[in-house]
Amino acid sequence: MAATETYPEDLKYHTEHDWARIEGDEAVLGITWFAQDSLGELVHYEAPKEGDSVAKDSPYGEIESVKAVSDLIAPLSGEVIEVNQKVVEEPETVNADPYGEGWLVRIRLSDPAQADALLDVDAYKQVVAES
Amino acid sequence: MGYLSLTDADRETMLAAIGVSSVEELFRDVPPGVRFDRALALEPPLGEQELTRHLEELAARNTDTSRELSFLGAGIYDHYVPAIVDAVLQRGEFLTAYTPYQPELSQGVLQAIFEYQTVICELTGMDVSNASGYDGTTVAADACFIAKHATGRTKVVITEATNPQVRQVVKTYAPGFGLQVVEVAHRGGTTDPDELQKAVADAACVIFQQPNFFGCLEPAPDLATVANEAEAIAVAHVDPISLGVLEAPGSYGCGIAIGEGQGAGNYQSFAGPHYGFLAAKTEFTRRMPGRIVGETVDAAGERGYVLTLQTREQHIRREKATSNITTNQTLLALGGLVYLSWLGPQGLRELGETCMSLAEHAKRRLVDAGLELVFSDRATFKEFAVRTGRPAKEAIRQARAHGVHPGYPLGRDYEGLDDAVLVALTERRRPEDVDRLVEALTR
Amino acid sequence: MKLIFEKSREGRRGGELPHYDLPRVEVPEELRRREAPRLPELAEPEVLRHFTELSTRNFGIDTGFYPLGSCTMKYNPRVNERLVMLPGFRDLHPYQEEDEIQGALELMWRLQEILIEVCGLHACSLQPAAGSQGELTGLMLIRAYFADRGEGDQRDTIITADTAHGTNPASVTMSGYKLAKARTDERGNVDVAHLRELVDERTAGLMLTNPSTLGLFDEHIEEIAEIFHGAGALLYYDGANLNAVCGISRPGDMGFDIVHINLHKTFSQPHGGGGPGGGPIVVRDMLEPFLPVPAVVRDGERFRLDYERPKSIGKVRGYTGPFGVFVRSYAFIRSYGPRLREMSEAAVLNANYLLARLKDVYELPYDRLCMHEFVLSARRLKREHGITALDVAKRLMDYGFHPPTIYFPLVVPEALMIEPTETEARETLDAFADAMLAIVREAETDPETIHSAPHGRPVQRLDEVRAAKQAIVKHSFDTKSAVPVPGES
Repeated sequence: MAATETYPEDLKYHTEHDWARIEGDEAVLGITWFAQDSLGELVHYEAPKEGDSVAKDSPYGEIESVKAVSDLIAPLSGEVIEVNQKVVEEPETVNADPYGEGWLVRIRLSDPAQADALLDVDAYKQVVAES
Repeated sequence: MGYLSLTDADRETMLAAIGVSSVEELFRDVPPGVRFDRALALEPPLGEQELTRHLEELAARNTDTSRELSFLGAGIYDHYVPAIVDAVLQRGEFLTAYTPYQPELSQGVLQAIFEYQTVICELTGMDVSNASGYDGTTVAADACFIAKHATGRTKVVITEATNPQVRQVVKTYAPGFGLQVVEVAHRGGTTDPDELQKAVADAACVIFQQPNFFGCLEPAPDLATVANEAEAIAVAHVDPISLGVLEAPGSYGCGIAIGEGQGAGNYQSFAGPHYGFLAAKTEFTRRMPGRIVGETVDAAGERGYVLTLQTREQHIRREKATSNITTNQTLLALGGLVYLSWLGPQGLRELGETCMSLAEHAKRRLVDAGLELVFSDRATFKEFAVRTGRPAKEAIRQARAHGVHPGYPLGRDYEGLDDAVLVALTERRRPEDVDRLVEALTR
Repeated sequence: MKLIFEKSREGRRGGELPHYDLPRVEVPEELRRREAPRLPELAEPEVLRHFTELSTRNFGIDTGFYPLGSCTMKYNPRVNERLVMLPGFRDLHPYQEEDEIQGALELMWRLQEILIEVCGLHACSLQPAAGSQGELTGLMLIRAYFADRGEGDQRDTIITADTAHGTNPASVTMSGYKLAKARTDERGNVDVAHLRELVDERTAGLMLTNPSTLGLFDEHIEEIAEIFHGAGALLYYDGANLNAVCGISRPGDMGFDIVHINLHKTFSQPHGGGGPGGGPIVVRDMLEPFLPVPAVVRDGERFRLDYERPKSIGKVRGYTGPFGVFVRSYAFIRSYGPRLREMSEAAVLNANYLLARLKDVYELPYDRLCMHEFVLSARRLKREHGITALDVAKRLMDYGFHPPTIYFPLVVPEALMIEPTETEARETLDAFADAMLAIVREAETDPETIHSAPHGRPVQRLDEVRAAKQAIVKHSFDTKSAVPVPGES
């Protein structure tokens, strides 16, 4: 079941349609409703390994539908401490619940100050409107 | 000529509909500086009869293997192609279709590819096969590309007893892939696992051929073990005709199996077009190059087939694709499927046994006639190397004077074998043909 | 329908091969096959019926109109199939002595000379097995050429157009180059200003299709060639669309240094359900030393294979290439001769006629005359009626046509890429245009019929998501199939 279009207030956003939920010195990352809607039903999540380091603005994995593949862009730098196995096994979870059960990785932040450069929800909605 | 349908009246109607006054005007976007201002300097058109005569004349300047008793093999083999293969391949619905992008119009070829993939996996003991590669050489380059990305390593080890054509193609592709190629010499016709072990550190893969280029049986399970211990992918280049009697690479530790399919269902055709096959264990599925067909259901819940896992491919992943391959060799692979379906498991095993018996018979007869086998203590499949006692070129010339082509001169690729020819025995050669070979080489 | 494995019965035999009264030879124990491969077990009549039935579930040019853009699905003359089966071609081994293969070498040499003339260049290698392999070979030549000039490390980037076939960027990566992408301008040409920004001393070359995948001849091609040659870089011509310009404009005269030709497109090698193809490359003289070995050369009245090419990149395929493809394409070209120009003219006329009939109803992103193909957009249908390019494609099947290429090139949303080729009659083009127009009317009156198309095919629309997720890529012998086989419960 596809989710309806929402962009939660409490998240930080990246222009490449990725979101971060910052929790102390950790963050949970995922893709936005707009991203999953553009891709269509997801069939594969090429996840990073725990312990991999991710760099802000660089790809840390891939997500695929039948006819499209998209890099996952890290909004923040850090080290992967958990991969969402539910999405590895059932990638369509992202379509159903992009901000909840469809999260992708949890990272330990190496530079929490990077969050200041991310978009708030209004700024991101502007990006979506222009896409 | 009769391939164009438009009449003068058609042309006028069409130009009027377009709103231009001449065909010339359709090309107005072509800048004057790059317009070709003369007729192509080609010979005049030929009608179908003249064309046939012309090509018959060219064909007659070739000495095909029906006009000379040939023992040539070395990668391309004169196995029998049954009439049913021709019959199926000339079905216009197969012959004149393209890649099955629209599954509702392509269930025929999609199901055929699915069956082909199954047959290749059965032969090789693998989990996934693509819809075919160009030939038995380029699939080796494909295997290197898979191995590089799967292991993150940049060295490829290939045995010297692997077909020189395969080695040359791997070496040509390697620089672009960022790979170094290391060759491991043979010892007495086969590869020494200990020697392989010295070369294998940090290798992405180890490619060996079974039976190898000399026709000898490699200690393939031992070679695969050496590769696996170094965490390199073992890649076996195998002859499909041998796989009714020889163990499947998937059963002795290989991660990838590749090969030239020609001997199974394709004519020699001066080396092409043929099909190369590439099959692998499940872990490499997403790194496979080329088309793959998968099973699914339609809107009514009934079984059907589609091209699948397409995000690997160039039309979606573009510069990050697992390969640039688009056109493959589906029609030839279909020939392989028809052939292997016609042969069946019993037929394939008997064919392998027949080839082995014939080769053994030929070896014995040549030795009895005073010739020396190059690797006399090695078990072989359908080919073997024999010393002719004179430069091979000369031996070939003399044999041909008696209507026999005795085989491939190994000195072209290997030092110290200038007097040796590689003799291939398919089921099309009879014991009395062996008599003629012995006579031609000993005269 | 059942898989061939589901029709198999243990112990049933198809073909018989000869047995000779010779001693049996044992395979060494450790190398012996332990479990037989589960190949089908059927008698020959059932094998033939199986594949005949499969063929009836397929659609080829012989079945009907097949305007698959970029694939040049033209008629494949049957005489060529007969010629390729002449024993002198069919039963020839690549390692026969030169005096035994003179006819084959002469045919290859003649084909090379023809392709050189058609391209306006100087040397040819027939070796690459397909267009994409021709691309890779061409990029290897560029690498070898610059390495030879001492510029190998400096020139590390290849520029492609954003309209390029996916093979172009994939080939660039496989050959070890970096990729840069040039934009398309508002007339559908490559954006020359953007090219000027991209080209510098690190540029090794440009890969371009001309006419482009939009079916448009690039109006600035001379300027583009100057930009690249001025920077010391080379130009590569993707010959996928050569069918538009044979005898009309030659890639060499446009300034291209390397060309690959898709023999299965322009020169009518049957596509075979996905292959084989042929991807010869034709080059300017300074690149000849780097061509693959062996070269096919003529010495007086004799033809031979020349391996003495010390600067050669090596080999990209076994032996001398897919010979049977050469026989068919050579025969095809000889049936036209200099009238290849008429072939291209008819291809372009057919495309423009179809375009004229459709452009007022479907959106045309670049309003120009087209070459041998054109790209329409179903964007308006989608917006107004929820009918996508995919829906149009499926509905065309109900009218008896193979659909065009869809969703390519990527720069056009809801793209329908239509290439009729020269071998279609006006009546066929009209019938296709009528169907395309009827679908637009149906979108207003009966969209559900379009959404549920195709009707009456062996299968309805297939679940590609399920196929990708479960990835069943071979028959499972042990378990009964989880899904019903149509009509065979």
